[in-house]
Order: sequence, then structure tokens, then C-alpha cells
Amino acid sequence: MEVAQLTLEHLVLVGLSILIAAGIGLPLGVLMTRKPGLSGPILTFANAVQTIPSLALFGFLIPLPFIGGIGARTAIVALVLYSLLPIIRNTFTGISGVDPAIREAGRGMGMTDLQLLWSVEIPLALSVIFAGLRVATVLCVGIATIAAAVGAGGLGMFIFRGVSMVDSRLILAGAIPAAALALVADFGLGAIEKRFSKLLSLLMIVAGLSSCSHPDRIVVGSKNFTEQVILGEMIAQQIERKTHLQVDRKLNLGGTIVCHEALTAGQIDTYVEYTGTGLTAILKEPPTKDSNVAYQTVKDAYQSRFGVEWTEPLGFNNTFAIIVRKSDAEQFGLKTISDAAPRTSNWVAGFGYEFIEREDGYPGLVKTYNLRFPSEPRVMELGLTYKAVAGHQVDLIAGNSTDGLIGALRLVVLEDDKHYFPPYDAVPLVREAVIAKHPEIREALRALGGKVSEEQMRLMNYAVDGEHKDVKQVVKEFLDKL
Amino acid sequence: MPPNVEFRKVGYAINGRPLVENISFVIESGETVVFLGRSGSGKTTTLKLINRLLEPTSGEVFVEGKKTTEWDAIRLRRRIGYVIQDVGLFPHFTVHRNVGLVPSLESWPPAKIDSRVHDMLSLVGLEPSRFAGRLPRELSGGQRQRVGVARALAADPSILLLDEPFGALDPVTRSEIQKEFRGLQKSLGKTMVFVTHDVREAFILGDRIGLIKDGNLIALVAVKDFHNLNHPEARAFVESYA
Repeated sequence: MEVAQLTLEHLVLVGLSILIAAGIGLPLGVLMTRKPGLSGPILTFANAVQTIPSLALFGFLIPLPFIGGIGARTAIVALVLYSLLPIIRNTFTGISGVDPAIREAGRGMGMTDLQLLWSVEIPLALSVIFAGLRVATVLCVGIATIAAAVGAGGLGMFIFRGVSMVDSRLILAGAIPAAALALVADFGLGAIEKRFSKLLSLLMIVAGLSSCSHPDRIVVGSKNFTEQVILGEMIAQQIERKTHLQVDRKLNLGGTIVCHEALTAGQIDTYVEYTGTGLTAILKEPPTKDSNVAYQTVKDAYQSRFGVEWTEPLGFNNTFAIIVRKSDAEQFGLKTISDAAPRTSNWVAGFGYEFIEREDGYPGLVKTYNLRFPSEPRVMELGLTYKAVAGHQVDLIAGNSTDGLIGALRLVVLEDDKHYFPPYDAVPLVREAVIAKHPEIREALRALGGKVSEEQMRLMNYAVDGEHKDVKQVVKEFLDKL
Repeated sequence: MPPNVEFRKVGYAINGRPLVENISFVIESGETVVFLGRSGSGKTTTLKLINRLLEPTSGEVFVEGKKTTEWDAIRLRRRIGYVIQDVGLFPHFTVHRNVGLVPSLESWPPAKIDSRVHDMLSLVGLEPSRFAGRLPRELSGGQRQRVGVARALAADPSILLLDEPFGALDPVTRSEIQKEFRGLQKSLGKTMVFVTHDVREAFILGDRIGLIKDGNLIALVAVKDFHNLNHPEARAFVESYA
């Protein structure tokens, strides 16, 4: 069973990481009690590591030689770094807390430092040291779910897949065993609180959303990636420019399901969705190759089922794109996916969770183009696939056709010459109730119809991701030129 | 036979602040010297200079004719029994393991350790069969002190250092244990260096009394001559006794 398999992987990740962290942290903690001058720098380092967001830490590690790359090794390095602080701190405070009279007596009777450490200080500090190990273990069980982002497997696989697929049963299949593991590992310790801190912050976002909706303000939402944030900002500025309405921005909300639920629950009034996503992820319809059919299908279904209007398409199609390194494309003369198919027997592929799972993703691609990868594709967080292919850890990835990194990392998109990928035209969605009350919104958004090309979207994505420009400024410059 | 302990113009300072200054004395084998002084006078520092828990910043300390800095510190400490005020029994060791600590560090065979622990507990008045298996927290304050003394004697050291060992006891128990200890001194014949702020204890246990004030050794005289000292600090102690 997959749950058992992934739970086992999770356990191995956590177990190995804690073992290594203990192997490093315990001696460091002891060293600090012997050389008090070291305690400041060591604790500062361990503290600093813990403040790095885990996904960011994984991102930093991927391009590094030896300790980095894709897979369990990178995950273990990150988990070890996270586990160090509680282990070091508790070892240090535990040993420092031993009654000085006892240490004095031991030294006075002629115990060597090592004898004092082994038979007196460590036994007396043991409960504190163990508490540190328990805290580290609980932390580790939680953070290890993110290890799936770098292809290390574990219960995070279910969670990432579930989030991408908008399938809460999958999310639960990962979350429940992980939580159970943490509870078992830490029976009776307050650190359970930490394990659920993410859930708590999510609850706070939802609570904030429901309390913030104001009847005379238009609330604009977006999913949690750059292009979506840009498009959300674009809608917001367009409404501000063309109407007298006030706009609240609730950008970076989460995945498709979060935005969809927020829209249908009236917590947001508008966001940009893609035809292919609406068709397959929300309506659970089979994908279609025809963009007009896709648009008409979602438009009708959303109107009758959700009371939501699909306005005018913005003009670009953010579909899957098969991407390789520019150097490979030039060396082997590759222009289309068909050109690349014979080469795949020497290649390793890296894909995001969504692409592996979707009907219109990996399985159909392999059949359509007769691809022959010698091994299973590496599965990782979508954003990391770009770095992985640029860093030669994989050779072919499936990205988004509008991704700004494509140009920046010297990658190229292979043409989908057999028209395998379905259309994902970007379209602003608005609740009908809002349009009925403020018909000027429809006019404002219609003015954006067909104005954003794939090339323009790619440039805006890169301006934000690659050049670190302010989203508001990038959008303003774009709208000024319309 | 060289004197057991000798100080030659010994000083000890931390960050330039002297704790003891220019101390010289000789302690002969088998005698008991009590260093008497107020809290913070430097008497504990003096004691720690003997077993090299501290090393002098000036002058020299000799133990059995050899400078402490030339002794291997670990070897030196195992030859010297050491009892401190807080006893410092290891809370996770039984009485047996505490008393047998130095012999086991010295790799005595277990049977020899067992019989030695048995003898030492009997010596300090603790029934071995009742107390050997207990943990320190299962003992009274007086019993803990007795275990501390038994532990210091276990490896049969020729010198015993005692740093206010009975200071934390109630007056009745302290008085009892002092009398017992006096008897023990006579039967063992060991060199003892005892530190206290209790002038009564100094009179009961000492052959000679060394008066320490502000890091200086003011006098080192036989007990019977202490009353005749003309120094105000000595008179202050005598008056507190009367």
C-alpha cells in the first residue's frame, strides 16, 4: 500500500536526520560547555538556520555540489540543519545546569574531564537532552513533508499532490499519518503546538478573509504563484483605473481549490482562472484540444452551477510546455517534442506533482510522442524543476509556457507539434452578483480582452521573478502602454 | 620525611584581584590544621591550592615534597581525600557507588571495593547493609556528610581536605559528628586540613589553628595559644565563642 510505503520513507528520512543531527548536535553542545566562548556563535548559527523557511532552504541546497541536488540527500541535509538547534541547546543547558558542587566534588576526587562528562554530567543532564531530541523529532516529522518538494518522497507526496490536484482526500492521506507520527514521537510534549502552527496560520487567513469582506469594495484574489499575483494586481489596477470602486487585494491565497472556494463563498469577487484548469480540476470534465470548446464549456457550466461569469480571455495560453536546455536543443537540432523523442532514452525527466498525476499530463505525453525514459521521472516541486534542468540534474521538464525563468535560465520550449496539451487560456472570473451590482466591472475587464500575449506574460513574470521588480510597478507600466 | 604540605609565599589572584597573598606555612604528617576565617577570607582558596584545583599565581605549593604543578593533577587528587560543604554526592549513584568512586577510578578489583566500602561505612557509623543501596536523596543531612567522609577516605589517602563539611548541619547533629570525627582523627592518623568559620569547631578538631583574614595568614598557632593572640580578628573570634 502506498500509504505504508510513504510512511516508511517518511520515517527513514526523519530517523536518519535525527541520528545525524544528534551525532553533530550532542558533541557541539558538550563542546560549548567546555569552551563557553563558542556557545554564542554556535547558537546564533543554529537559530539563524531555523528561521529560514523550509522550502527556501531546499531551494538553496539544490544547486550545491555533493550535499545538494534532487532526492533524499538534500532533504536530510535540510532536516539535520533544522533539528540541530533543540539538540544543541538542550545538551548545553542540561549539562550547564548540573550542580556546580557535584562537578567540583568529582574534579576534587580526581575524575578526568571525560569521566566527569560520561558518568556524572551526561547522566544528570539526560532528561533535558532527551527533551531536546523529542522536540527535534516532532519538528522533523512536520518539516519532512516538504521533502517531497525535492523528490525525497515521504508523506509530503500525498500533500503536494493533493494540493495540486485539488483533492482533499489525498492531502489528508499525507497529513493524517504525518500528524500521527509526530504524536507518537512526542507523546505528551507541548511541541505538538509547533506541528500544527501551519494549520493555525491557515485558519487565521480564512478568518481574516471572512472578516474583511466589505459590501462596497471589490475583493480581488489570486493563486499563490507569480503569474497569478501579477494578473490579480492587473485586474485590481484596471478596476481602480476604469471605475470608482475601491479594491481590496487578497493575492497569493493558495491553489486552485482555495481560490475557487473563496470565490463561490463570496470571500473574493474575482480572480483569473485558466480554461483547462476550470474544465478538468473543477468541473472534472475530460480535457479538450479546442480552446473555443473549452471556453464555452466552462463559461456555461460556471454560470449555471456557481453563478460565476467567465469574462473575456486575456489573450495568452499558459499551457504545459516541454522544456530542455538551449545547449541541448542547439547541439541536437531539437525544435519539437517529436525531434526530442529519440533522445529520451538517455535522459532523466523531472516533473511537478500535478503533471505526473493529470490525465492530460505525463501518461498521455509518453504515449503520444513515444517517449522512452530509461527511469521513472524525478518528482519535485514545480519551481524546482527549472533549477534542476539548468543544473543538469534532469534533462527535460514540463513547465509553464509563460514562465519567465525559461529565457533567464537559457532554456527553450519544444513545440507541441502533435497538439497534445489542452488549452489553458487565462480569463478573469467574476461573481454574477457583483456584476449585477457593478456592471462597470465587466466593461473594465473587457478592455483587457486579448491584450496580454504569451511573450508579454513571460516578460512580466521574469521582471518580477528574475529582476525582482515590484509587481505593482510592472503592472502599471504594462497598463500604461495599452 | 618531608612535611606533608608546605606553602612558600603563595599568592592567588583572579584578573589581578588577589584572593590570597604571600602565604607560607608547613603542615607536618599526621597533624590537623584548621584554617579559621570569615566568609570570603580566602580559606577555601587555600584548600583548593593543595589539590591543584587552583594553581598559585605566585609562590609554590608542595605536597609530599613535590610542587603541585609538577604533580599530575589527576594522580595528586586521587591521593588526597576531599570533602566539601555541599558534600557533592552524585545524586544518581547509590551510597555504595559514591563511596567506591575513587577506588573504581583506580581500577581496584570489585571484591576489594566491596569490602572497602563496607569498612568505610562502618567507620563513619552507617550500617552497610542498610545504607549501601540507598540514593543520596534517601539520607538525612548528617548521613550524607558521613557518606562524604567515607568517600574521601575510601582510597586511603594520606591527606584529607575538609571544606566546612559540617556547616549545613543542625547544632546537635554537628556536635555529635564533630566528636565522632575527633575519634576518627586519632585512630586514622592522617594529615588533615580543615576549613571552617566556626571557632568552636576549630578548638574541638584542630591541633593548630591558622587565622586567615582578607587573604592573609595572620597567625598559625597551637590551639592552646590561640587565646593569647593579640590580633583584633583573633579576639573577635574568641569573643564570639565566649
